[in-house]
Amino acid sequence: MSLTTEQVKRIAHLARIEVSESEALTTQGHLNGIFELIEQMQAVDTTGVEPMAHAQDVSQRLRTDAVSETDRRAAYQAVAPETEAGLYLVPKVIE
Amino acid sequence: MIHKSLKQLSQALAAKEISSVELSTLFLDRIERLNPEINAFVTVDREKTLKMAAAADARIAAGSAGPLTGIPIAQKDIFCAEGWRTTCGSKILANFVAPYDATVIEKMHRDAGMVSLGKTNMDEFAMGSSNETSFFGPVKNPWDRARVPGGSSGGSAAAIAARLAPAATGTDTGGSIRQPAALCNLTGLKPTYGVVSRYGMIAYASSLDQGGPMGASAEDCALLLNTMAGFDPRDSTSLERPAEDYARDLDKPLAGLRIGLPKEFFGEGCDAAVMAAVQDAIAEYRRLGASTVEVSLPNSHLSVPAYYVIAPAEASSNLSRFDGVRYGYRAPDYGNLDDMYMKTRAQGFGDEVKRRIMIGAYVLSHGYYDAYYLQAQRIRRLIANDFVAAFESCDVILGPTSPTTAFKLGEKSADPVQMYLSDIYTIAVNLAGLPGMALPCGFAGGLPVGLQLIGNYFDEARLLNVAHRYQQATDWHQRRPEGIE
Repeated sequence: MSLTTEQVKRIAHLARIEVSESEALTTQGHLNGIFELIEQMQAVDTTGVEPMAHAQDVSQRLRTDAVSETDRRAAYQAVAPETEAGLYLVPKVIE
Repeated sequence: MIHKSLKQLSQALAAKEISSVELSTLFLDRIERLNPEINAFVTVDREKTLKMAAAADARIAAGSAGPLTGIPIAQKDIFCAEGWRTTCGSKILANFVAPYDATVIEKMHRDAGMVSLGKTNMDEFAMGSSNETSFFGPVKNPWDRARVPGGSSGGSAAAIAARLAPAATGTDTGGSIRQPAALCNLTGLKPTYGVVSRYGMIAYASSLDQGGPMGASAEDCALLLNTMAGFDPRDSTSLERPAEDYARDLDKPLAGLRIGLPKEFFGEGCDAAVMAAVQDAIAEYRRLGASTVEVSLPNSHLSVPAYYVIAPAEASSNLSRFDGVRYGYRAPDYGNLDDMYMKTRAQGFGDEVKRRIMIGAYVLSHGYYDAYYLQAQRIRRLIANDFVAAFESCDVILGPTSPTTAFKLGEKSADPVQMYLSDIYTIAVNLAGLPGMALPCGFAGGLPVGLQLIGNYFDEARLLNVAHRYQQATDWHQRRPEGIE
């Protein structure tokens, strides 16, 4: 498998990372090298092997539906790039 | 004083031979003097440190001190610590002051009364094996300042090796505690997945990430793990298990111990001088009464390929939170919302992080999920099964930690794949979720060689015992870099 520059740009867009033409080319070389390594997996027959998502076979623990956190909005918003009246500000999405 | 073990420091503090303020000042002064060159710390705050030390002294005076109260420690900059800048080695978090404490921070500082000397440098988002991907510049290995300390916990390793701190925390997703420990002549332990809480530990690959101790000896690591481990309801993968004293078996004799030697770890691919040191360690273990048995991990050669699917997949999801909205860096100029995301992330992340996010986005995308992601998870199962089979005939598994000693700064940074291969012996342990340790076992060309011990699930106390007995019989772990007196 070998990624084209167009595919690299599409992946970068999926990942929401802006890439220039020259960055796309360098990235293409690096990613293809990494995928060459990854391709070794394809030689293995894993028919019937249960995928392992996690190191411990435990089910997700559920907590009771009760308030456990205090209101720390001010502290959490103090580290945000831009807020106003308790809201996070981003460029306008709906005209 | 700077070379004392944690137990000795604890005794010195209890006997009032030294106060925590004096002890912390000693290390802060060393950081001030040596850190400009080593670059092990990215954030130091003398005032905060001394305030914590004074509080520890008050606890000691009041008779309510625990065994580690007043002992200074360096925190890997992946752990959120309230009021401390927490960067994860990234530009995107370069100005992030954490509004809360990670559970590990809470346990070590608030509960145990340890003193934070500051935050240590690391590969950006723990993605790297040399500490060269840090936004804050590379860390120098105190054993040879032209060489890397390993990574991603390279700042923590260099800090201990240069005695800028008696001990430190690390995190290990594919070898990030063990490999830097090996390259800097230290002891480090990656616990069983789920033993140390991940709450407040900035996530890279959540099914693999695990925090653990780094120090000068197995005994130090045992004491640190006692404070770090434990069930945490705030981490959904934290395991509910009774508390353990990880130091309980340190002195147990090794007679009868069965050490498994995976033939895949003793073939090609390992530097001959590294292998010679590992063989000497095996001979030492036989003298200590252990027996050895050959075991096989037939799928271990697939651990690096599987890891570079699973870890990036999880990373691409975890790092989607860095979008310039709620915290961290935001690009100064942008058009619409999408443009803001794309520019923020392009400017905020370094090259290696971008590569891994892109690999993850690709292997999870429509049409590739089965071929890459599911295949990697199936191979992960095969790798874990190999360990289950191996542990039927042995108690611990032994091998090298890293195929080479510390390499030169810049030597592998141009080729990601070469860098990835420095973790060939450590990654399988994370995929399986097992505990693993690195400990000093000799030198090759003047540089430290690290032995790796792998235990069965929840066998940390046994690993620490096996490491401690070796350290009672050898003095490799007490060797110091030139100029560090």
